[in-house]
Amino acid sequence: MFEQIIISGFGGQGALFAGQLLTYAGLEEDREVAWLPSYGPEMRGGTARCTVTVSDEPIGSPITDTPSAVIALNPPSLEMFEPRVLPGGLLIVNSSIAKEEVKRKDIRSLRIPATDMARDEFANERMANMILLGALVSMTRVVTLDSVMTALQKNLPQRRHHLLEPNRIALQKGWDIAQQASKD
Amino acid sequence: MAKVLMKGNEAIAEAAIRAGCDGYFGYPITPQTELLEYMSRRMPELGRAFVQGESEIASINMVLGAAAAGKRAMTSSSSPGVSLKQEGISFLAGNELPAVIVNIMRGGPGLGNVQPSQSDYFQATKGGGHGDYFPIVLAPSTVQEAIDFTILAFELADKYRNPAMILGDGSIGQIMEPVELPEVESKPPDKPWAVTGCKGREKNIIRSLYLLAGPLEARNVILQKKYREIEANEQRHAEFMLEGAEMVIVAYGTTGRVAQTAITRARDEGMPVGLFRPITLYPYPKDAISSLVEQARVFLVLEMSAGQMLEDVELAVKGTVPVEFQGWLGGRVPTPSEVTQTIKEIRTKYLK
Repeated sequence: MFEQIIISGFGGQGALFAGQLLTYAGLEEDREVAWLPSYGPEMRGGTARCTVTVSDEPIGSPITDTPSAVIALNPPSLEMFEPRVLPGGLLIVNSSIAKEEVKRKDIRSLRIPATDMARDEFANERMANMILLGALVSMTRVVTLDSVMTALQKNLPQRRHHLLEPNRIALQKGWDIAQQASKD
Repeated sequence: MAKVLMKGNEAIAEAAIRAGCDGYFGYPITPQTELLEYMSRRMPELGRAFVQGESEIASINMVLGAAAAGKRAMTSSSSPGVSLKQEGISFLAGNELPAVIVNIMRGGPGLGNVQPSQSDYFQATKGGGHGDYFPIVLAPSTVQEAIDFTILAFELADKYRNPAMILGDGSIGQIMEPVELPEVESKPPDKPWAVTGCKGREKNIIRSLYLLAGPLEARNVILQKKYREIEANEQRHAEFMLEGAEMVIVAYGTTGRVAQTAITRARDEGMPVGLFRPITLYPYPKDAISSLVEQARVFLVLEMSAGQMLEDVELAVKGTVPVEFQGWLGGRVPTPSEVTQTIKEIRTKYLK
């Protein structure tokens, strides 16, 4: 298995955290993993993205210009990464904010109004990243949802443990949406 | 031992602690600040010294003081900050004091940007300050190597009484990977030369000032003898798919990793390409490169600079085989596809 996943959005949307969680989940399964953030002078409201590599083999380049899957949390991310997804790869779009339709026909794609759902169902827009991550895990099976849950439990700081349950529900929500979409 | 996920900067800090670093002195700068942050938390917990100096210049001179007192001392910074430290590094070398300096390189020249770069190669490997000297320079390409080489840097610094440098690009500082943290019990050697209070013994004097030409010449002869010894004993490199390689790519750090992926793809397409990845940048692993000229029809040097390590490869190859170069400037990091493209161009030119 070799997956390189880019998660990209505005600062504050939780792109980096979602990527870390996926990385920790890969480690739970004894895979080779790497998490590489784009970093820069940008702060809140700027761009934030990371590349997560999960592999059965030692990882060469942690950088990719042809990701196997992308989560686009905002319009600039959709615009930047839709053309780069590997043919046959996956593009998941936060359609609450990134309204453009996916144009490519040679990739799998799923649009989820994650920010709206997070606001309506969890009264917390910042849960959008977990909904999208749950969908990604469902559609790629890069790790199991259980591993993500375990990683969450282990790596969410103690003072944030009241958020464990909502995060778990949000991940499950994303998973279920993706399952449903694959049946439709 | 179970693996843990660590960011490169934090891993270097933890490795230094395990290597018995007694004192850390630094000043924040992106993209290495997490190293200083980690030290600011852990060193006081362990009863060791952490000082955020008022500047990079102050910090390197605190390192010099701690090293003179026989302690394992360290500082870290990124490119512009390391430029400021050059005077202190020259003094460390002139005084024959062991210390570890970490440079997590960013784009330059000047203030540049905070993106990954390898454009401080000349400064690091040719003795960036004044005078005839070399720091030992180690170039990690993974977080695990960052840990292992930090420990090695302390050991080599003590062994040769010479500053040692970890030279990583910004990606090495920022990337998070699973690592094993070794239990290090590398004890520093006895340091009978250290200035620790001379009650009951002869005075130790640590200095780099020799006013007359004769004594300073003698001093330099001793230093040069040491550098020849380092060059004879400490050249290190890694190889990837070099067997049967007619095109030998030479790249270090993150560029080496990117090349590795491109080489795997090229091999799948039947191209005879392999990687020579220097680990010590000083001493440069020139002997191993020289021995490859029998096998290689072309060398291809890849760097996130305008071509600095290129000169060391050319010196090792001595004009026997063509040496080509591709560089990325100003904080641009190569992608595997770009490297694959370069490999194809070089193949068309030399291997058909």
